Amino acid sequence: MTKSSFSNIQSEYLAIIDHNKCVRCKRCIQNCGWGTYSFGGDKIIADHSKCVACGRCYTYCPEGAISIIKNPTRIRENANWQENLVKNIWRQSETGGIVISGMGTTFKYKKYFDHILLDACQVTNPSIDPLREPMELRTFLGKKLSKLDMEIDEKGEPVLKTKMPPQIELQTPFVFGAMSYGSISLNAQKALALAARALGIVMNTGEGGLHDDLVPFGKNVIVQVASGRFGVHRDYLNSGIAVEIKIGQGAKPGIGGHLPGEKIGVDISKTRMIPVGTDAISPAPHHDIYSIEDLRQLIYAVKEATDYEKPVSVKVAAVHNIAAIVSGIVRAGADIVYIDGYTGGTGAAPNIVRDHVGIPIELALAQVDERLREEGIRNEASIIAAGSIRSSADAVKAIALGADAVAIGTAALIVMGCHVCGKCNTGNCSWGITTQRPELVRRLDPEVYGERLYNLISAWSHEIQEVLGAMGVNSIESLRGSRERLRGIELTDAELKALGIKHAGL
Amino acid sequence: MITIDAAGMHYKELNRLIREGIANGVKKFFLENVNGQYYIGDGIKGDDVVININGIPGNDLGAFMDGPTLIVNNNAQDNIGNTMNAGKIIIKGDAGDVVGYGMRGGRIYILGNAGYRVGIHMKGYNEQLPVIIIGGKIGSFFAEYMAGGVIVLLGLGLEDYDELDSDYFASGMHGGTIYLRKKIDFSKYSKEAELYEADEKDMDFLKKYLTDYADSFNIQAEEIYKKPFYKIVPSSARPYAHLYTSA
Repeated sequence: MTKSSFSNIQSEYLAIIDHNKCVRCKRCIQNCGWGTYSFGGDKIIADHSKCVACGRCYTYCPEGAISIIKNPTRIRENANWQENLVKNIWRQSETGGIVISGMGTTFKYKKYFDHILLDACQVTNPSIDPLREPMELRTFLGKKLSKLDMEIDEKGEPVLKTKMPPQIELQTPFVFGAMSYGSISLNAQKALALAARALGIVMNTGEGGLHDDLVPFGKNVIVQVASGRFGVHRDYLNSGIAVEIKIGQGAKPGIGGHLPGEKIGVDISKTRMIPVGTDAISPAPHHDIYSIEDLRQLIYAVKEATDYEKPVSVKVAAVHNIAAIVSGIVRAGADIVYIDGYTGGTGAAPNIVRDHVGIPIELALAQVDERLREEGIRNEASIIAAGSIRSSADAVKAIALGADAVAIGTAALIVMGCHVCGKCNTGNCSWGITTQRPELVRRLDPEVYGERLYNLISAWSHEIQEVLGAMGVNSIESLRGSRERLRGIELTDAELKALGIKHAGL
Repeated sequence: MITIDAAGMHYKELNRLIREGIANGVKKFFLENVNGQYYIGDGIKGDDVVININGIPGNDLGAFMDGPTLIVNNNAQDNIGNTMNAGKIIIKGDAGDVVGYGMRGGRIYILGNAGYRVGIHMKGYNEQLPVIIIGGKIGSFFAEYMAGGVIVLLGLGLEDYDELDSDYFASGMHGGTIYLRKKIDFSKYSKEAELYEADEKDMDFLKKYLTDYADSFNIQAEEIYKKPFYKIVPSSARPYAHLYTSA
């Protein structure tokens, strides 16, 4: 119901051009996906209202003539009526719409990883030098048996009688989080696939089907089944190394998703197997899963369709009763449980959900690990932790809190140039990541960013080896769930209890 | 052709035998004494494979199926044709809840009634056109989020046909077509779809499927045409285009 186009919302950023430096090469006009710049006959003109501070223009300005600054003209400061709240009131009064954003929450919640300290060896037990001694990071995701049956063959040799459940072998305990073709570009997916193959890890299709170009990467791909069942068919289930049933996502627990029709071009239509131009609506629940028993039914429907050769992962958002929920998921037969914390990213989510629903991954992880151990079923499934793993330090702490591996989403996009502007939902990403506009997608070179992703994960893996060595262990396996190697700082008793760690000094 | 006596058999074993049979080139299966075994026909391929089922198959019959034909000579249970890609499922009785969820191709013919959540998120793509035909009545949440394909509700033998009304009928529908033989006051169920009288083109289109349906159950096609058809189509392929505003 828009009667007037006048808006109260002023530009958030100013794109300032130093006209003395500017050589009028117009690269900024070409690079900006938002249409901020135009040529005014003799100089570049900026429409500040369109700038989202995505950083593309100044990165590619050959003369360093552009600065993006926060608009100094701002709403009066008020600790209660904060600027974003006032602006959202205007937005919603002007459009009547639900406010949505891309990426994870921008709220300043406590980051527990930043209040956890790692241990190291001093005198009483020796540290290990990872530069000259082997340091094992290899990780196997999947069900681990509680017992193995052996038999003796004719030659008197022992042979394994038990059929081992299928596993995903990772050379380092990282996976790329689920990001669909649609939410991100095909070139972005290709960069992830190239890196995953080179690193010996896996990427995840998200709910967008598997593009033909990615089929050869099958051994490094987890294919996802979500409520919209886009692109899901028998061969798709069999084309990856594992199948993931997506129940929830950290950025938007409990709700579904809409990929707007304008993003469904010919290629996405083909991959999702839906007509061009229709909204791709993923309902909030799977309509064949209303209970743990129903989840079991779908898990085994997938196992039957893949002849029990693929591990089945179940992805859930970290919510209040996550420990009990994961216990149910493990009992339902999942081989892997992927838990996504509330700071996890997304292509689009309503702000009310993104900013106010869910719990931190650190607390969820500690509680889940504890619960599964108490129930004696921790070996039944591997755990992947996600929801803004920002560094190798976060990864190490997550593993010590009980994760088998961690998932990287936003960090991988940052590699590709993402400045976390949070506008993924608009489809105008100047970096060619969260867009389907061909002129923008083309600029993202999968080879270049595949290599940079490889570099990042290799560097993080080396860092993990360093701290493992410092802690005197020579395998990531030895740190898994070893909360004794963690201490809390600036945390309350309740927080320490939830994390299952002692305070520093104790 | 092979016959499998499914009495007391776990679904894992039964389905393994079916997969093994298909791999060995068996085209025709007769399953006897089926009693609630899950996943029959799950993920199997082969356009010329036909599985005759005597007894009552369990949930997820024909899930992810890609080509074969399943003939059930009794009632069947929930999740029939879950995310099915191609093939045909014939139920000579009633079906349970969630028929054809996320179905992308193939046909499901049900002689009797179907339960809740039929045709949720059914979708068409290119030449793939999933078709469900139900002889009797349906439960609530019918065709929710329907994105493509065709569902025909016949209501055969139902006098006043009121039982075709279903709460949340076609809510969130954004693709595909529903045909039924009664003008229902549709406005009270869905804001996203509209009802029209079926025209000649619709009837031409339906003929092939209705004939096949009638043949599958040995019923007279004339019976089906005794009442006029109506169709329900979505008002928009983008029902939620104006729901959001970007921060």
